[in-house]
Amino acid sequence: MSEVKKPGWRSIPIGGILLEPGSALKYKTGDWRAFRPILDEAKCVNCLLCWIFCPDAAIVRKEKVIAIDYDYCKGCGICANECPTKAITMGEEKR
Amino acid sequence: MSRIIGLTGDEAIAYAAKQSNVDVVAAYPITPQTIMVEAFSEYVANAEVHTEFVCVESEHSAMSACIGSSLTGARVFTATASQGLALMHEMLYIASGLRCPIVMGVANRALSAPINIHGDHSDMMGSRDCGWVQIYAENAQEAYDWTIQAFKIAEDHNVLLPVSVNIDGFVISHSLEGVQVEEDKEISGFLSTRKPAITIDPDKPITVGALCLPDYYFEVKQQQVDALENSIKVVKNVNGEYEALTGRRYDTIETYGMEDAEAAILCLGSTAGTAKTVARKLRDGGKRVGVIKPWVYRPFPTREILDIVENLKAVAVLDRACSFGAPYGALCSDLLSALYGKAKDVGVFNGIYGLGGRDIMPYDVEAVFNEALKIAETGVVKEPVKSIGVRE
Repeated sequence: MSEVKKPGWRSIPIGGILLEPGSALKYKTGDWRAFRPILDEAKCVNCLLCWIFCPDAAIVRKEKVIAIDYDYCKGCGICANECPTKAITMGEEKR
Repeated sequence: MSRIIGLTGDEAIAYAAKQSNVDVVAAYPITPQTIMVEAFSEYVANAEVHTEFVCVESEHSAMSACIGSSLTGARVFTATASQGLALMHEMLYIASGLRCPIVMGVANRALSAPINIHGDHSDMMGSRDCGWVQIYAENAQEAYDWTIQAFKIAEDHNVLLPVSVNIDGFVISHSLEGVQVEEDKEISGFLSTRKPAITIDPDKPITVGALCLPDYYFEVKQQQVDALENSIKVVKNVNGEYEALTGRRYDTIETYGMEDAEAAILCLGSTAGTAKTVARKLRDGGKRVGVIKPWVYRPFPTREILDIVENLKAVAVLDRACSFGAPYGALCSDLLSALYGKAKDVGVFNGIYGLGGRDIMPYDVEAVFNEALKIAETGVVKEPVKSIGVRE
């Protein structure tokens, strides 16, 4: 958790309304993660099943192997479960 | 020039909404509110108003459509009662949470079961914590006057909250009265076009109704607490402006005979009319009694009521709804909370009356006054809560 002081009730827009579009990008939901997907690049065949199944679009397509966007990955483990070559395994998140 | 026309309570609210140049009405008919929607749909059919009238399939949808419309910057009106209000319960909180200045007429009616179409306050009392400004009118005239003022209160940028204008089902909603109404142009001048604080605009995108987690939710609720507190001052300002226009004076509370009363009845809505009539008779006989009627129930006009009650020896609070399992009815609980630690010598007793449209007669009210006078004399409250007019 960041220690940044959040604004008080007098200084935020009323009704929980967000005045700036696309602000969800700034909300790093990766903070919620209890388990962390770990990629073994040697085993990855770039089949992209994980990319299809990831509910948070946290799998990033690249040239040879996939990458994981840890800013938004909530650690659900679906990618590890679906991976046919066991290239993704889940390890405990340590902060 | 104002003139007097015959209107029922429901029609008076519809007529006021018509003169308030409402942009959108989304409503579903339910007894005893139906005439409000019926009358307004006639205005639409006759092209007397330029209002988008949305026929919906339920009250839940009615309030949802009102919220969406209000967020575009429109002036929005709806009406409901009883089961309809209960069905829109979750949307009531969303309307206040998203700060939508919707005005709603409510013809108060009992809640099922057993099914009953007649008047009591169970419906609005069941939603009293929904964050709306809640006004109770005593008669059709007050219903007309408060509906117009409600738009100005709701849309004030220091408030931006929905307002309900409550009238007693059938007793007021369906009784024909002479109502003094103002010219259309006078009301148009009093209520200029709504100036929204924030609106939905494709050129300036915003997000409404986003997820709000423990790190911000409390702050958003605190804003509502503050806005509802602010509304007391706004109500008084609007009352002043309305009096300048019409000569009719409103405030957060109305009092009768309180200049020298030692015992009083505190009650909402039409029963205050009966109480005033009985009080007049008793005062003519030398009894020092009076009536306190909150026009504004939420926010509870604590200071205004305390200023008066602190000087009394006894108060009888009449609640037209049952708070099952609670120590007192809702209005009495509010009074006792306000009084706590402030006026220890005031004897308070609570009468629950009129459920399901059971009439409260002048002799019932006289008995309540006499009990209050007895408490004033002896300082003893024998029975803190009792039902009035129920058969053993």
